[in-house]
This record gives sequence, structure tokens and C-alpha cells, in this order.
Amino acid sequence: MQQINRLKPFFENISFDRDDNTMVVNFGPQHPSAHGQLRLILELQGEEITKAHPDVGYLHRGMEKMGENMIYNEFLPTTDRMDYIAATSNNYGYALAVEKLIGVEAPRRAEVIRTMLLELNRIISHLFWLATHALDVGAMSVFLYAFREREFAMDLMEDYCGARLTHSAVRIGGVPLDLPDDWIYNLEKFIVTLTEQLEVYEGLLNQNRIWKMRLENVGIISPEMARQWGLTGPSLRASGIKWDLRKEMPYGLYPELDFDIPTSDKCDSYGRYLCHMAEMRESMKILKQLVPMYNDSDTQLMAHSPQYISCTKEEMMTQNYSLMQHFVLVTQGMRPPVGEVYVATESPKGELGFYINSDGSPYPYKLKLRAPSFWHTGILQDILPGHQLADVVTIIGNLNIVFGEIDR
Amino acid sequence: MRQYTPKNDIQKKSYHTDRFYVAPTLAKEPVSNDSTFASDLSSLSNVVEVKDAYIQAGHLVIYINKEDNVSAIKHLKEIRAYNYMMELSAIDYIATQGGFEIFYEMLSMSKHKRLRVKCFVAKDDAIASVEPLFRMADWSEREMFDMYGVTVKNHPYMKRLLMPDDWQGHPLLKTYPLIGDEAAQWYEVDKIFGKEARDVIGPELRDAAQVDRYDTQRFARLGHEVPKGTDITNGNEPDTPIRYQEEGGVKLFGKTLVTPFDEIETKQLKERK
Repeated sequence: MQQINRLKPFFENISFDRDDNTMVVNFGPQHPSAHGQLRLILELQGEEITKAHPDVGYLHRGMEKMGENMIYNEFLPTTDRMDYIAATSNNYGYALAVEKLIGVEAPRRAEVIRTMLLELNRIISHLFWLATHALDVGAMSVFLYAFREREFAMDLMEDYCGARLTHSAVRIGGVPLDLPDDWIYNLEKFIVTLTEQLEVYEGLLNQNRIWKMRLENVGIISPEMARQWGLTGPSLRASGIKWDLRKEMPYGLYPELDFDIPTSDKCDSYGRYLCHMAEMRESMKILKQLVPMYNDSDTQLMAHSPQYISCTKEEMMTQNYSLMQHFVLVTQGMRPPVGEVYVATESPKGELGFYINSDGSPYPYKLKLRAPSFWHTGILQDILPGHQLADVVTIIGNLNIVFGEIDR
Repeated sequence: MRQYTPKNDIQKKSYHTDRFYVAPTLAKEPVSNDSTFASDLSSLSNVVEVKDAYIQAGHLVIYINKEDNVSAIKHLKEIRAYNYMMELSAIDYIATQGGFEIFYEMLSMSKHKRLRVKCFVAKDDAIASVEPLFRMADWSEREMFDMYGVTVKNHPYMKRLLMPDDWQGHPLLKTYPLIGDEAAQWYEVDKIFGKEARDVIGPELRDAAQVDRYDTQRFARLGHEVPKGTDITNGNEPDTPIRYQEEGGVKLFGKTLVTPFDEIETKQLKERK
């Protein structure tokens, strides 16, 4: 028996003397395959899991609290730190929610650039998912290949906004910058490379016996279970439910774009793998369609709404009243109307929702961030029992959870 | 006269608000404007008492009594095909109304519609769990309890989710302090080493950017450098003027480190390598 005192606290994972011959193991919070700070308390009968209890909160930074004490523009860079694998999707979701609250629409060119960045982020996120998931399961080379392509995509992000991970590339009311020269050319080059490389990854994995043995019939999520747990994104679509907000409740430019929603009715990890791979192809299809849209668009980047959004630099430097308005917007912040909005967008992980309750002051009265990974982690307590210990890593990696948005 | 600041809402407030500023309101439409919502609402009002309903930003918002939350959501889920619960949480109105507003954000995949069910719960009151209807409420209600202290009845595992189990207070309340309080400062010391070690270890430094003016062990004052650990509390700080080597200030081994630019001696490449 352990001698417990304050300096040597009680560790559950070394109590072997349980009556029913089960063993309790702490998986994480410092586990390389936990994809962040997940502590999973597993009860094992031999190698089989009989009970799983995800314990989250190790990365809790109180973002909702921070949001309630920041002006709207100030909070935008914080949203980067939610799903930091695809930061722009968070920026966009937040910006869209605030735009809906203040009744502003971004100009077309801004919307085209945003959609480009969103889809590029989806690719970055899915490549990251593929790389880490394959590494967890044991396919080391896929990790190296996928990270190489992700690096090219991140170079594109860097060319646009200067940041690689936390972009803040979207502003409330538009985007701050136009695309640099050569960006479109580099993007097209990247699409060609990725199209070739995706076949390489699939050649390594699709019919790979080990890959299939580790993924097929592992982590089965029935459609009913997915609905019960509020699953969204690829995890839902791999359960055979064709639901993608970009198609079903479209926003931004998505009604004009032609793309498919890949689904799979396998309901297992392999089905989710297929969905992710197909989604990268769809994102490239969207990116290709956006290039002519960009060329045809007008050059305005930020919406004109002096009450809420700062004027252009030129106006600011030439007109006194514009400068005063900008000063008030920066120091006091915009004051949106009283009301509440819930705006959901399809982030790479699923439905990313922002609920904003405004009381008319420059600070949101209540800000609720609906992050898809939160329930993708919660469902672990229902899927894991019955699986082998080795499958835990597969299932966690496969569900594509990111702790920045679970703990917020 | 000093302005009165309420103690039950200590969150950040704007430093200036125009006395005559009246905030506009996001338009509320009558429910009859949307036929789908209108039929949902009339069906629901047969089951429970609907206190108020309107459409705002494309969402149907329904206010009900808190006793009816399970039956209303069950009806919406099973009869009206709102098969997804997206989010649920509370809003702290203790300062103004003495309780919380709980909202349930629902989605119908077949109708492509979203609605929000809201109810009011007094501060010390409890609300029934919707976990039997939507499994996802397991975690959401735990988070709500964790963040606001709203008690949920019939929940299978009512424990904190994000904060440590032994945490005091509920962070998203408007009464919760914005900076670490006295207890938070000693939390880890007390937890790991015990209260008796407070004198030895000292409080946790919450502000990582804090600079102690008199701490010469970790900080040096530019222009007043002293050897590490020197006691300067008595004002015993010598002036050490800042001199840059480019200006010929600092000399090492008798000559300046940077040689002045010599136009004739310098080689220039024709092309970049």
C-alpha cells in the first residue's frame, strides 16, 4: 500500500490491489498520443477497457471569461488559441458572429480571401491530423510526408499574414490585407503538389494491412450515438449522416461554390480516415474555384460601417472625424445592438459555434464558444469500453481532438 | 459624489458611456413570419406554457418555465424533429434579476432550422437534467455547474469538469474576481506543502511580467547596475552611465570592438551568392 502524505500524493495508477482484479491506469495528461492535455482514467480488465473517464481542464484558460472582459476586436486574437491547428476557422467564426450581431457584411474580395484561408486551414488541419494519427498508429513515414506538405501550406499562410500558427488573419468586417503578389501562383503550385502527394499517402495507407487492422471496426460510432453526443464534422459524416454546414446551412461564399460532402457509412475509424482524405480533395476543388472569383472581385477589403468598424488608413490620415471615430473604436470599442446571436460555421473539426449575448455595452455580456472537440472527447467514455488498450491511441487520434478548444 | 459601483458585478466596464446613449436592439420578428417556426411553436404551446417567443437573427427564441424544460425539449426532439442539441449554458443575471437564464441551443437537421429554448432559474434553485434526452448534456451540464454553480437534478455525475474538484467559487459568475485572489495565491503551496510552508515558499507570483524594483537577484536597473544580490532598499544605487561601443564608449583590451567602416578596404561582391 502506498504511504500517502502531502509530498507524495496518491497515484491511482499504481494501486494494484483492487478487489475485482481490475487495474486503473492514468493515460495522460502528459502522454504523447493524448494530443494535448487529456487525462484519461481507464479501468482495465487485463488489456480490455471496462470503464473510461476523460478528465479535461488542464489547458483551461477561461476564454469565455476573457471574452466577457475584452472589447470585441480585442478578443479576436484569443480565438486563435482555441483550435490552434486551424486558427483562421476560429477567427472567421467569431468575426461572422459579430458581423451578424452588428449587421455588417464583408466585401466580396474579403470574403473570397477568407474562404481561401478557411479551406487552406482545413487542409492544414487535416494534414496535421493525418500525420499525427498515422504516427500514433505506427506509420512513421506518413508523418514526415504529411508534415512536409503542411509546411508548404503554412508558408502560404505566412506569406499572407506573417504568422504560421496563430494567424488572426480575419478581422471583424473583412480582412486586413490583400493577397501578396505570387500568392495565387504559389497556391496553384501547392494544389498540384498536394494532389500528387495525397495519392502517395493513400498508396501507403489505404490497403496497408496494419493500417486497416488497426483502424477497421475500431471506435465504432453509430449514427444514433453521434446524434446523442452532438458530434459534427468528419466524425459525424463517417457515421453515414450527410451533414455539412457549408452545404446544408451555407454562409459566406459557399452557396456559389461547387463541392461534394464525402460521407462513409462504415462508422469506424477507417471510415473517418476516408472522409478526411476526401475532404482535402474537396477543399482543393474549392480553392481552384476561388482563384477566378478573386480576380473578378473589387479591391475593397473592409466593410464600410463607421459606427462599428474603423475606417481605412487613408481616411484616417486625411479626415479629422474619421480619426476621432477610429480613436473611440480602439479605446472604447464598438457598441453592438442589444440582442443575442448564435452563428455556427463548419470548422475542420465540426460545428464551431459562437453564441454572443450583447447588452449594448462594448463588452459581450455572455460569450459561449461551442467547440466540436468538446463532445468528441466526451464521447470517449461511451466508445472506449470494450476496446483494447492499444486502440485508445487510435480512437483519440482519429477523433481529431484539439485541447485548445476543449478546455478553452 | 462618487459613482456607485455594484458589488455583485465586478466585471470590466467601459470607462465612458454617453449619458444619452440608447443602445439599439437587434430586430425581433413575430413568430408568424416563419411558417415552420409558427407550427413548431403552436405545437409546443399545447404541451407547455410558452411565456414569450420571437425570431431574432433567424433563430426562434422560446421562453418557458424552468419546470417544463425536459418536457419541452422532449417534445421538440421527438415530435418536432429538433434532433440535435448544440449547446447549453447559463447566463448570469444575479445582479439584476437574482438568477440565471439557461439556454438550450437546438438544431433540426431535416428542417434546417435552429431554435433556442430559454428558462429562468433563481440563484439557489435547481434545474432538471436533459441528459436522458441528449447524452451530450452530460458534459455541458457539468460545465455549466462548474462555471456558474447551477445545480442540475438527476444528472448521472454532477462534478466539476474544467476546474479542479476542490476549487472554490464558479469562474463565470459576474461576482468572480478578475485577478487571482488571496486564496488562489496560496492554493498550490497549501495543496502541495501545507499551510505551514507558507513562510518558506511565499505566495505564488501570478503576474509573470511583474518586476520587483528592489530585487537585484533577478533584475537589473538599466543605468544603475549593481552586483547580484546587493541590497538597494536604502537607496544605495550608483549611476552606471550607458555607453555604446559604437560611440567609442566601451573599450575592451585597449581598442574598440567595432572597427569603423573603411570604404577603400571593404570588398563588395558583384552578385549575391
